[in-house]
Amino acid sequence: MNILVAVKRVPMTGGRIVLRDDRQEIDTRHLGFTISPHEECAAEEAVRLIEAHGGSSTVLTLGPPEAEEQLRDALAVGVDRALHLVSDGEEWDPQATAAAIVAAIAAERDAGTRYDLILFGNESADAANFQVAMRVAAALALPCVSGVKAISLDGGRIRCEQEVGGGRDVYELELPAVVAVKEGLNLPRYPSVPGRLRAKRKPLEASSPQRPGARLRKLELALPPGSGKQARILGSGADAAGAVVEVLAELGLL
Amino acid sequence: MSAEARALPGRANVVIIGAGIVGNSLVHHLARLGTSELVLIDKGPLPNPGGSTGHASNFIFPVDHSREMTDLTLESVRQYRELGVFTECGGIEVARTPERMAELTRRVASAKSWGVEPVALLTPAQVRALVPYIDESVILGGFHTPGAGVVDSLQAGTLMREAAQSAGALTVSPNTEVLAIDVEGGRVRRVRTTRGDVEAERIVICCGVWSPRIARMAGACIPLTPAVHQMIDIGPVPRFATSVGVEFPIVRDMDTNMYERQEGGSLEIGSYAHRPILHDPDEIPSIEESASSPTELPFTQADFEPQLEHALELMPEIVGDESVGVKYAINGLLSLTADGLPLLGETPEVRGLWSAAAVWIKEGPGVGKTVAELMVEGSSEIDVHGADIARMHDQQRSRSHVRARAAEGFNKMYGIVHPAEQWESDRNVRLSPFHARERELGAVFYEVGGWERPHWYGSNAALLEEFGERVSTRESEWESRWWSPIINAEHLALRERAAMVDLSAFAIFDITGPGALEVVQGLALRQMDVAVGRAVYTPLLTHAGCFRSDLTIMRLDEQLFRVVTGAAHGMADRKWFCDHLPADGSAQLHDQTSAWCTLGIWGPRARDILQSASGDDLSHEGFPFARARTIELGSLPVLASRISYVGDLGWELYVPIEQGARLWDIVAEAGAPHGVIAAGIGVYGTTGRLEKCYRAFGFELDGEHDVVEAGMASAKLKDEAFVGRQAHLRHREEEPAAILCTLTVDDHTSASGVKRYMLGNEPILTRDGAALLDRKGRRSFVTSAGAGPSIGRHILMSYMPPEHAVAGAQLAVEYMGERYPCTVAVVGSTPLFDPDNTRIRS
Repeated sequence: MNILVAVKRVPMTGGRIVLRDDRQEIDTRHLGFTISPHEECAAEEAVRLIEAHGGSSTVLTLGPPEAEEQLRDALAVGVDRALHLVSDGEEWDPQATAAAIVAAIAAERDAGTRYDLILFGNESADAANFQVAMRVAAALALPCVSGVKAISLDGGRIRCEQEVGGGRDVYELELPAVVAVKEGLNLPRYPSVPGRLRAKRKPLEASSPQRPGARLRKLELALPPGSGKQARILGSGADAAGAVVEVLAELGLL
Repeated sequence: MSAEARALPGRANVVIIGAGIVGNSLVHHLARLGTSELVLIDKGPLPNPGGSTGHASNFIFPVDHSREMTDLTLESVRQYRELGVFTECGGIEVARTPERMAELTRRVASAKSWGVEPVALLTPAQVRALVPYIDESVILGGFHTPGAGVVDSLQAGTLMREAAQSAGALTVSPNTEVLAIDVEGGRVRRVRTTRGDVEAERIVICCGVWSPRIARMAGACIPLTPAVHQMIDIGPVPRFATSVGVEFPIVRDMDTNMYERQEGGSLEIGSYAHRPILHDPDEIPSIEESASSPTELPFTQADFEPQLEHALELMPEIVGDESVGVKYAINGLLSLTADGLPLLGETPEVRGLWSAAAVWIKEGPGVGKTVAELMVEGSSEIDVHGADIARMHDQQRSRSHVRARAAEGFNKMYGIVHPAEQWESDRNVRLSPFHARERELGAVFYEVGGWERPHWYGSNAALLEEFGERVSTRESEWESRWWSPIINAEHLALRERAAMVDLSAFAIFDITGPGALEVVQGLALRQMDVAVGRAVYTPLLTHAGCFRSDLTIMRLDEQLFRVVTGAAHGMADRKWFCDHLPADGSAQLHDQTSAWCTLGIWGPRARDILQSASGDDLSHEGFPFARARTIELGSLPVLASRISYVGDLGWELYVPIEQGARLWDIVAEAGAPHGVIAAGIGVYGTTGRLEKCYRAFGFELDGEHDVVEAGMASAKLKDEAFVGRQAHLRHREEEPAAILCTLTVDDHTSASGVKRYMLGNEPILTRDGAALLDRKGRRSFVTSAGAGPSIGRHILMSYMPPEHAVAGAQLAVEYMGERYPCTVAVVGSTPLFDPDNTRIRS
């Protein structure tokens, strides 16, 4: 089988997020970049499914030239090949993103590659529009489940467990299908050194889609109050014990 | 109330900024030496405020080719052991190339010279026996230091900080940001922080990569640059499944600029092989903005990829294991300087503002102790003049210079660096007025203090033929690197005729005013209350009676003393004089370095040459030795000083820089009929000096040897007080623990039949190979080495324990893994060449 995983290059935050002066972008001068966590699980799942059932996995990203780093990261954990839709570095809205991915899938089909399963992250870690998977599925007239925390494959059918309040809904779809997964689906592996080195040599096919006029306009970014690291010093040495107990009790751990 | 919330004391004896390994050990040692009312502040939380200590790899290899760094490291290891945070696991530097194997024999020699033992060279199989996961087919051998180990630097810092606290000497204030440092009248007065102001006479900046920022608040400069060191952690490693702590030796894969070390179930792989990635202290993210810590920056995978291949070659079993993942990868920030040494001591710009920066884990506690000693006692057990922050000339502090040299030095971290190797970046900064003439003569320039100095002249190649077999050559590539036989030919031409030497790199200061005599008298070992027109060569001593410097002082007028010293140490000397200027302003220091150029002329024809261009009486009676006065040469008034560092008749000639080219032309023209040549520093600094057994600061003379040991005590000591007098008086009464001797090499032939020539720092051993230790535990090693073309021998200088300091004593010098017989030629300061000094005094 053939699996396609779509990933997005996003800033690796951890500390306080700083916006650029024009409030249009996150200031990423000091930040590294990563694959959105949901998509990391999608890539891991693709690798596991291929390991178990045979076939080939492909990772796709729409992103700036630097997003090659994220494609190589996916190749390093075992994805077989990569498609880079090289963007102009601007943020593409969900419609434009979905359209570019649909066009890429069509081009793949024309070249003889049909995907049985197309995996997305449920939402990107930065823009979080929650739309791309559905838009791609709709355009390709494929079934789609989102919010998926467990996947199993049985012949031509895929069983997806969707996280819902208080439990899980289970869907079974005929392949081909689109599935948008969430972190927790699996525990992604660390890349091995041989994996890293192989990733350098794996094929990476690049194309440069034109960005259509945006139909969504970003006004500005704003930081939610209280975002970033919140550290409170409870005290030092034995004096801190009481405060620590209180916190543990608050968290319901005692 | 928690310690953090308590207000800072309004006053402190010393404020220490930065609670990494350096600040913590410094407060400990200051408290131990009796200093109380210390305040330690850090912008970050404790125990890991977010600086380089927090992500350091924490391993220590004691052996370095620099004695100063080795001493600091050994002292640090001693302290780490005492604190119980040192895990001795041993370390192996492996070689992939024959050149590296030769370099490893130099490591063995340095280990023996600095007293790091045991060490051993290992075969590939022996390496594998210790590190079973290494592929021995990749390597040719290894250099094993069993005493290498890994420390817990955060725990060490915590223990030392707490020791100072429990002694009641220290207030600690984390999460406290420095806002300003107030300076009044050139002295620090107070630190302004987010938790209030603290008045203090002394402030120490131990802020690692942030040090330049903090220093700038006080108008001072700590010239370092943050730079990236990449490391990754891979695991879990099946072989290490049951490993606890550190169980295997650390491996340094020297030829690939990498290291690998096991800790717990993981293997850490670090690299100095990637492109230099320099940062700016002002651009380091804040603690709040940082994803992990401000000094753990996002890993740049592409820079590390070639290193992965190298690690895979060396340790395929682990690195090639598909189940072993890359769990952690950072671009860690550390501090680099232009010359690779730390920045220690009081800043030259601001009194009371101290620096203890560009210090790594391996030397942290040693630096803490040393800086504490310097602050409390004025001198330190370990001589750190090489790391003195005052060593830098102005242009060496510029951001561009620091970055250029740090970038150039980065990949030399594990490199095979020749002792005479020159920097390539940021050259041609300070050019003497003779420069154009020198270029015409094919000068090969070496740099000191930013100055370009001819080391030898290509145009003198013709002398090789003239002197034929008297010019010794070198067969081995290593010793002929950064060297030319022309140096020896220039030497012989100087001894037979005369040579002009560009000495414009001299640092020159005038001490003037009614208090000038008192200033120089109070620092110089020799009598400075001499007649106007005398030139005096004198050591300056530390408080402990050891060497602070050695230089020449001319008394040009009742209230005018001109100090002439070497470029390498000149700025530190300037600070030493400035520190001792009287508070009442009765003496001043004027830096004349950029006002005067200097041309030396020495050789038996020197007098004839100058006399032919001068109407002044230059006869021995008319211009005796050790005199300085203005003469006319051609149309130029020239300050001439009749002294010599090469042991021949001659003068140093000083003129204002804009007249330098004319001076050169006058001397060259007058000298032409006498066969004068231009000679480089290869003659002045090595061959000429060594034949005369003249000592050099930083080689024979340092802060760990006294005047008596160096054989430089005068028969009669002046009555006037001077720095180091008490200690010197004591030394004069004692039997010296070691005596500086000059040795000659008896046979240069190596096992392979190639003649080899030592370059310095090699251990002196008995003929059986046993180390020589004096009663203070110091080893005998070669302080200077070089050819003596006039005596036809290769000359070594070394301090020897008294029982071996006997003329004719048969000893050995170890070089590149072999021992060569040598003999003590002279005990003390009697020259090998012209022992009666008739040439100088004729």
